[in-house]
Amino acid sequence: MFFGTSYSQQVPGKEQSESILISNGTIHIGNGDLLENAFVGFDKGKINYVSTEQPDMDYEINIDAANKHIYPGFIALNTSLGLGEIDAVRATIDEDEIGDFLPHVRSIIAYNAESKVVETLRMNGVLLSQIAPNGGIISGSSSVVQLDAWNWEDAVIRYDQGIHLNWPSPYSRSGYSYYRGPSVIKKSDKYESNVEEIKNFFDSSKAYLNDPNPNPVSLPYKAMSSVFSGNATVFLHANNEKQITDGVKFLQDQKIKNIVVVGGTNSLEAGDFLADNNIKIALEQPHNLPSMEDEDVKSRFRLASQLINKGVTVAVDATGQMTRMNTRNLPFFAGSFAAYGVEKEKAVETITLNAAKVLGIEDNYGSIEVGKSATLFISHGDALDMRTNNLSHAYIDGREVSLETNQTKLWQRYKKKVEEEKKQ
Amino acid sequence: MNTMGAFNKFFTAIIILIPFFVLSQKEYFPTNSGVKVVNEPYKAFVNATIVVNSEKTIENGTLIFRDGKIIDVGSGIKIPKNSIVIDKKDKFVYPSFIETTSSMSVKEAKRLAYSTRSAMYGPTREGFYWNDHILSDYRAYLDYKYDTNKAKELRASGFGVVNTHRSNGIHSGTGILLALSDSSNENQRVLSNNSTEFYSFTRNALSNQSYPTSIMGSMALIRQFFHDLEWYSKGQAKNKDYAIEAAIRNISMPKIWNSGSNLNFLRALKISKELDIPFAVVGSGLEYMDLNAIRQYKNKLIIPVNFPAAYDVSDPDLTKKISLGSLREWNQAPSNLYMLEKNNIQFSVTSSGLKKKSELLPNLRKAIRRGLSTKLALDALTVNPASILKVKGVTGELTKGSYANFLVTSKPIFDDKSEIYENWVLGEKHVVKKENKETPKNKVAVNDTIKKADKKPKVIDFVPVTFPNKAYGNKSIPQSENMIIRNATVWTNEDEGILQNTDVAVSNGVIVEIGQNLENNNGSKEIDGTNKHLTAGVIDEHSHIAASSINESGHNSSAEVTIADVINPNDISIYRTLSGGVTTIQILHGSANPIGGQSAIVKLKWGETAENMLMKDAAKFIKFALGENVKQSNWSSYTRFPQSRMGVEQVYVDFFQRAKEYGEQWDKYNNLSKRAKSKIPKPRYDIEMEVVWEILRGERHISCHSYVQSEINMLMKVAESFGIKINTFTHILEGYKVATKMAKHGAGGSSFSDWWAYKYEVIDAIPYNGPILTEAGVTVAYNSDNAEMIRRLNQEAAKAVKYGGLSEEEAWKYVTLNPAKLLRIDDKVGSIAIGKHADLVIWSHNPLSIYAVAEKTIIEGAIFYDYSKLDEKIDQNEKEREIIITQLKEAKKSGAKTQPAPVIDKRYFECETIDIVNENVQ
Repeated sequence: MFFGTSYSQQVPGKEQSESILISNGTIHIGNGDLLENAFVGFDKGKINYVSTEQPDMDYEINIDAANKHIYPGFIALNTSLGLGEIDAVRATIDEDEIGDFLPHVRSIIAYNAESKVVETLRMNGVLLSQIAPNGGIISGSSSVVQLDAWNWEDAVIRYDQGIHLNWPSPYSRSGYSYYRGPSVIKKSDKYESNVEEIKNFFDSSKAYLNDPNPNPVSLPYKAMSSVFSGNATVFLHANNEKQITDGVKFLQDQKIKNIVVVGGTNSLEAGDFLADNNIKIALEQPHNLPSMEDEDVKSRFRLASQLINKGVTVAVDATGQMTRMNTRNLPFFAGSFAAYGVEKEKAVETITLNAAKVLGIEDNYGSIEVGKSATLFISHGDALDMRTNNLSHAYIDGREVSLETNQTKLWQRYKKKVEEEKKQ
Repeated sequence: MNTMGAFNKFFTAIIILIPFFVLSQKEYFPTNSGVKVVNEPYKAFVNATIVVNSEKTIENGTLIFRDGKIIDVGSGIKIPKNSIVIDKKDKFVYPSFIETTSSMSVKEAKRLAYSTRSAMYGPTREGFYWNDHILSDYRAYLDYKYDTNKAKELRASGFGVVNTHRSNGIHSGTGILLALSDSSNENQRVLSNNSTEFYSFTRNALSNQSYPTSIMGSMALIRQFFHDLEWYSKGQAKNKDYAIEAAIRNISMPKIWNSGSNLNFLRALKISKELDIPFAVVGSGLEYMDLNAIRQYKNKLIIPVNFPAAYDVSDPDLTKKISLGSLREWNQAPSNLYMLEKNNIQFSVTSSGLKKKSELLPNLRKAIRRGLSTKLALDALTVNPASILKVKGVTGELTKGSYANFLVTSKPIFDDKSEIYENWVLGEKHVVKKENKETPKNKVAVNDTIKKADKKPKVIDFVPVTFPNKAYGNKSIPQSENMIIRNATVWTNEDEGILQNTDVAVSNGVIVEIGQNLENNNGSKEIDGTNKHLTAGVIDEHSHIAASSINESGHNSSAEVTIADVINPNDISIYRTLSGGVTTIQILHGSANPIGGQSAIVKLKWGETAENMLMKDAAKFIKFALGENVKQSNWSSYTRFPQSRMGVEQVYVDFFQRAKEYGEQWDKYNNLSKRAKSKIPKPRYDIEMEVVWEILRGERHISCHSYVQSEINMLMKVAESFGIKINTFTHILEGYKVATKMAKHGAGGSSFSDWWAYKYEVIDAIPYNGPILTEAGVTVAYNSDNAEMIRRLNQEAAKAVKYGGLSEEEAWKYVTLNPAKLLRIDDKVGSIAIGKHADLVIWSHNPLSIYAVAEKTIIEGAIFYDYSKLDEKIDQNEKEREIIITQLKEAKKSGAKTQPAPVIDKRYFECETIDIVNENVQ
């Protein structure tokens, strides 16, 4: 393994004090473009040079990246990173609060920047993440963090950038019995009242916000103001066509400017609708099984290319089994989409620029372009493939980030033990 | 299990006389209500078409009966003078039907509230078997009360005699045989108050005793019970056991097994064969799917005719959620009886499972339109059930001396418009439907009804059965082909390493040649492997797919259960897993107990029977487990030993020591001369101890679920103290901390690549575990334990390159040759070598790459998965769905009742999945 400067675990990188030029690498811009034998330079945390031509100016540190690949830091969406540590230990879990409408509940203050899970993401190229709460109808608000920080305040990139709305299911199941065989699915007779409840909440919030001096103050209604003003995005968690179209239409009627669909397990039929309405989707990662027996056994792998072909902007929702610890496999989720039809640079885009657009941070993050934050990494090979994903350097806002973790420490400690015992 | 044959011979020597029909006047009862002697007149039907049985019909016949029995039957026979003569011109007389499996008139067992807080391990009853779910001493007669309404309903559908019971318990006790004669008293009506034994896979609702929690536990329990029966009958027990004694008394009684589902049906048949006890087995109505498996059994079968109602397909979104398998069941199930007949399989029909008993005849007529013969239809309701109940010649036919149980019908009974007018039971008349003799007043209405009635119900097109019978099933099971895969990059896993531009030839399911420009002189199929990679099939040491249950958590040791009993060959996960290039898996018992159950090593032969999926000559394994799961730390359970790692050690020491002593006892006995043997009692046969003894003899190997170094070390020490080795530590996420100890002990490691942090004991799990273990000299595999990840084990292997820097060739062995070694099947599979099974995968790219797609998955020379044909299969599924959905729409138009969309609730098992068999299987 090749580590850059060997930092101890969990000591966040220091501010960039010297300018850096990475030369002769293959640059995956993040917007679908690729530059071969190219140069990227950055100083004071900002990219100031990207070209296939050698720059005229001198940089203080020069890194040769011949035969290596340079990517923008990958961005994980809709994660509960830092909100939970050990799944089975309830005391370590802070991801779901009591109540249905909780836009005022903020994930950022519970985010544990020193989580041992979080550090494992960096070495695979995942450098930014959206930290989102779960549960209820409106779960709360999410924030965007960078993954190398002493505490949440240092970590945050964008506070309370969205609220998470779980759209109700139009179907209800009954009669579940494993031994009796199939249960029965019906149209939910509660669907309309559930939707009505959401409408009431939005309408009441709006009415409340019309009053310049509300008394008493309502925390939930107050928290909706950034949603109506367009400063925050509504992340609409919806899986099937009806949920997606009903949810999006509802939000459009409510004059919500920023809408992103999250999940979209069975969203293919809503593809044209999403494209026509210019709605981005954070698509459920592909390491999930088909939801129905007859379903194409490759459906989850193929869905991204099918949606992209319809013109939808696709990013990747990292949710899945053992979701936090598996988020380090984010690059391979995108790689799987590439294996099943998405052009490779487009696959990179799903976890870089498209993810930045979903979070509204694309002006500064998500691609390797002059003027943007120097949040990028160097890999020995194709970073979307576990066979070749192997980082030598990673930078967040120009700070060189440690690729060491508690896991690499244990590795080195016990590798040495085995080597010594073998000598005996 | 060979002891069973001998055991059954022992029991057949006991002849038990069952006092069957004591039907006659109660001549020895005193009377105080008048003069005692009554001269009952004869009754005689004349001019009737009398169907004696399916072989013999008497036109213009006479039937004479008295005192509940048939006196004579024939044409032109002499009618006694003291007869009431009844003209049955134009009418048909049939034997009344016999129901083998009913629960009418017996009080249901009301389920106790189930408490999850603290499981109960002991029995609630004293003086009986150690397990509450064995109710062999129970007699339904104790809870019997004649139900005239139910009797009326059954008579209206043609039944005269009903065998009824309480459906409760794995051994449900005995039933009673009833004649449905309302005017008789119990002395006459109850033909036997101890008629047949009933068995099921369902627990006793009146007890929360924990064991068994699974189907495989139920099966093991029945086996052990019959062993205990034999042992007890030789007078060796130190105690009394009234449950066993009842079963010994009833040993020659007919035995009926309510199986509840198509897979459980096969399981009941399997046990029946093993024990050499001829259970009559009640099916599911879906037997046509499993004819390949059913053919080998000779059991009497009892088949329900509860065809699925049409599905509501009015809402396109909901319709999408109905699986093709369910759609097919609606289309195909009415042909079940015909398919059985076509395959020369005899059966009885039961009305159990029908929501309304009045559906019996219409459903049978439907079956007849699908091809069932009227002969077998009648036999299935009369002589065949009579033979199961051992009342042939007593009822079921209209012969001299039989009970006077018969139906009077307007037409041949299976004609669409035939009506049952009367159902005579024990010579007593019960009017079912009044004959309409009057001329109808409204002519138009008559014409209408005639028109409607004339319209023959449409026979829908039967969609063909596939293997398995659901989406992605094949029309026939893929067969082994001779083939040459040419010009591929071949990952041999042998000394030759990775060969470029190489051909591999396959014949009769094995690899026969490896080289360049191989000659094709036997017309082998040519497959181009240019720019492709060819590898041995992926092997998963630790899987839980393709099984109906995974954990028997009722005891802290469940060595007696085996996954081989509960393989589910219809699991869609098999096909999905093939799509990831996997050919062989070990289905392991879960991790609920320190000593789990026996595992099954299977080839993923999609469409084959459970039995044919089992890998031949595979080594035998058992699952052990350590840590949080066995001490039940992650859920509220505080009553079972062990609750700590300290206790876990003692469980092993206890079981190994007991098995050692058990084995010594048997060795001593087996070494005695025949004469000496006859003088001392044979030791008790204990399935659980037999299995643990196999481990001590080195004939069964341990794969142990393990995480933390302390307990890994402990188990190796315990094993060493009994002179054995732990074959495999599975999961083994802290193996890297004791890597050299494991190497020294000789244990292998089957790990996850990068899972961690899901519970406290995996807090130190690292993705470098595999490479450190390899460095120490341990054989390492990566496994799935998961129905999703199993489809991309090739990518998991690549993580050994990424984390720990293993060479690609060595990393690839983590999911092929190394698991084969850990499973002790590396002489057959795991590499590309001459003579090994042709279990091969063609990949689009380097198999370790994320971009690699498994294009063909080949098992023993048969192509079980072909990516290039996947879209075609999906199209076929769609087309067939369309056809059946159209049929459903038409059925609804012509008045069929519909049910809401069923959804297949797929359950995905992992180590920790606990299944509770508390649902009533029926």
